[in-house]
Amino acid sequence: MIAYIVRRLLYALPILIGVNVITFALFFLVNTPDDMARMQLGAKRVTPEAIAGWKQERGYDLPLLYNAGAAGTDKVTRTIFYQKSLRMFVFDFGRADDGRDIAREIRMRMGPSLAVAVPAFFVGLLVYITCALGFAFFRATYIDFWGVVMCVAAMSISSMFYIIGGQYLIGKLWHLVPISGFSGGFDALRFILLPAMIGVIGSLGASTRLYRTFFLEEISRDYVRTARAKGLSEVTVLFRHVLKNAMIPILTGVVVAIPFLFIGGLITESFFGIPGLGSYTIDAINAQDFGVVRSMVFIGSLLYIAGLLATDISYTLVDPRVRLA
Amino acid sequence: MSFQIIVLWTDWLIYLLVALIAATVVYTRGKEHLRAPWRRVAQSRSGMIGFVVLVMFVAAGLLDSVHYRARLDSANAKAKAAYAVEVLSVLDVVLDPLRARREKTYSAPLATHLYAKEMVERPDGSQAREFPRLKHGGRHLKDTERDWAADITRVALGGAIWGAVMWLLCALLAATSLARGSPRRLLPSWNQIWRGETDAPWRAILLTLLVFCALAGATIALAGKYHVLGTDKVGQDVLYQSLKSIRTGLVIGTLTTLVMLPFALALGIAAGYFGGWIDDVIQYVYTTLNSIPGVLLIAASVLMMQVYVDGHPELFPTAAHRADLRLLFLCIILGVTSWTGLCRLLRGETLKLKELEYIQAAHAFGVRHHRIIARHILPNVMYIVLISLVMEFSGLVLAEAVLSYVGVGVDPSMNSFGTMINNARLEMAREPMVWWSLAAAFVFMVTLVLAANLFADAVRDAFDPRVRTRAVSPVRLAQLLRARGARRTTTDSA
Repeated sequence: MIAYIVRRLLYALPILIGVNVITFALFFLVNTPDDMARMQLGAKRVTPEAIAGWKQERGYDLPLLYNAGAAGTDKVTRTIFYQKSLRMFVFDFGRADDGRDIAREIRMRMGPSLAVAVPAFFVGLLVYITCALGFAFFRATYIDFWGVVMCVAAMSISSMFYIIGGQYLIGKLWHLVPISGFSGGFDALRFILLPAMIGVIGSLGASTRLYRTFFLEEISRDYVRTARAKGLSEVTVLFRHVLKNAMIPILTGVVVAIPFLFIGGLITESFFGIPGLGSYTIDAINAQDFGVVRSMVFIGSLLYIAGLLATDISYTLVDPRVRLA
Repeated sequence: MSFQIIVLWTDWLIYLLVALIAATVVYTRGKEHLRAPWRRVAQSRSGMIGFVVLVMFVAAGLLDSVHYRARLDSANAKAKAAYAVEVLSVLDVVLDPLRARREKTYSAPLATHLYAKEMVERPDGSQAREFPRLKHGGRHLKDTERDWAADITRVALGGAIWGAVMWLLCALLAATSLARGSPRRLLPSWNQIWRGETDAPWRAILLTLLVFCALAGATIALAGKYHVLGTDKVGQDVLYQSLKSIRTGLVIGTLTTLVMLPFALALGIAAGYFGGWIDDVIQYVYTTLNSIPGVLLIAASVLMMQVYVDGHPELFPTAAHRADLRLLFLCIILGVTSWTGLCRLLRGETLKLKELEYIQAAHAFGVRHHRIIARHILPNVMYIVLISLVMEFSGLVLAEAVLSYVGVGVDPSMNSFGTMINNARLEMAREPMVWWSLAAAFVFMVTLVLAANLFADAVRDAFDPRVRTRAVSPVRLAQLLRARGARRTTTDSA
């Protein structure tokens, strides 16, 4: 088991290096730092001095890959690739355009992101599985049929409409919770409620429908017929047999998503003004803060790889047939 | 009026797509085994309803894909022709009344007065703060308070009846084609349609068409005199904006898959067929790409493209060209982030196929690799391509809205559902609320995505071999049994 995890982590290394090279190419080769400076400074008051100043401020005034002018190991380390890309592996992300340390900012913003995303994730999972099991129980009846119809309809609505509608209805019309904002401690609950709820509702249609097909697939298996033949009640069959076996396909999609809870809903956070990583990313995109976007890309892929590993490990927990070797 | 035809990048790709679809239709017509799954699609009620609605959207999108620049009038006929900066489309010509009739600022749907109060000069010279009359909406009404409701009902009803008449023609046409042109069978086939006994769900199709025709008729009639969905901040008709947004959604939904298709096909099949180090390299590439969260990769790429576009203004003769290139680039980026899923599916299917006996036999006969791939593998994985093409469509339309909100979507000057929602978000905070832009975007988007979802499900059910064993629908089963029972009684009596 441990040997397997270590091997998987070693596999992850080339992927992370690949991500690093891609982002490096995207940010520094497609457009030179000069281009970025010109864009950020605005077309009108661009002078060579302003560009040089902008580059120096951010440490972009180095050669890209190889510094011929430096001595010793500095030939490699005094380059943009080393300073900006390779330093990420030790979580040194440098500073954002507003001068703050990106790594510190990320640590600070993780909390609010998790506070919204974790409840939404677990409540969501519970709701989706319950609904899907319910539809599976009433399969081939009008309840099932209209349930699926509602799911398809709910799937067809953009998540932004759920957010806008929820904010309008609950925040503005009924004044139950604040429309947006965040605060620490127990007071945060008021601010978390609505975004978390909308997070659950937003993917209700798609997830319920997907899980329903998983359940129906299991229900048509032989072991289920055997269980019924033994005289077990339908409820016992569903919970004891079908639910357990359907967990395998459900886990595949779910566990990968867990690490992304850190980033949170990009859109949700920015709509609700939650100072998490998602809104940090969106603000950075809007302010064209390349350093922050680059860091978030790196962190995102790190989390994805962690998610894949977690999925494989979780298989062993629910499916005794799977052995990691 | 003379004009200059402009073919934008996405237009070329749309024409290519239309040509591909036409070629597929022609190719499929003669081949029974290819027609069979399509017949199953045609038998699906929800699928065909979705299809009818999609056809309407596609028609609007295609009209919007033929662009031109009008020639500017100049006194000197011999001078070098100058063309307007604005790139228009055929849809703009159709909707010219909507486009041209601008108000000053917001106005509610079907309103006769502006949304905000202004200082207005009365005929007697005094001044007052009141809601001024619109320049175009409800201009023909003398006493707006008294006539407004009656006029709208009358015009809408008239339009709806006109639409219903058009629909009746369509329905008769359908019945005639079912009766195969024989007048004697016209009535029976008409009855068959309404009893729901036809092979294809004609009743559902015709009812959908009826709703569409009535709505379209009423809208067209009203649009001549009012702003049916109101106007936005700069006084532009929201209905016009919504109709123009359709093309953007369709382009994103279809071209993204089209753009990435060659890569996914080539790499997926190569990885599965050749295996070994080719497989390793391709898997490494797509795992790496996959591990970058989609939104972030898109955001990073679009930011970089922005830098490039800003640095090279000389490449774009008009704003439309720039917006179009951005749209195309967005498609490519979305494609790059989404091809990995299709690639993995293709790889898996190829792995399975290459072990089958007929391919082993082809190897034994000494058939070359490229020939095996082209003749034996490619046709057998096409169903995956088709299913993922239709399944991804709705997701991409939704993604466009989100990306435009984040600020990495289409050009802000381009009409799209995303930009509409984005603008409408701030309007929600106004008092009284400006809700119509958001409502229009909502209705159009939900209709498009829902239709696409329904059609995609029908296509998947028909083409996916794993769900083919599913039983016939209960309604269809009852019909079959009834038909069989009827036949038995006739033979018995004979």
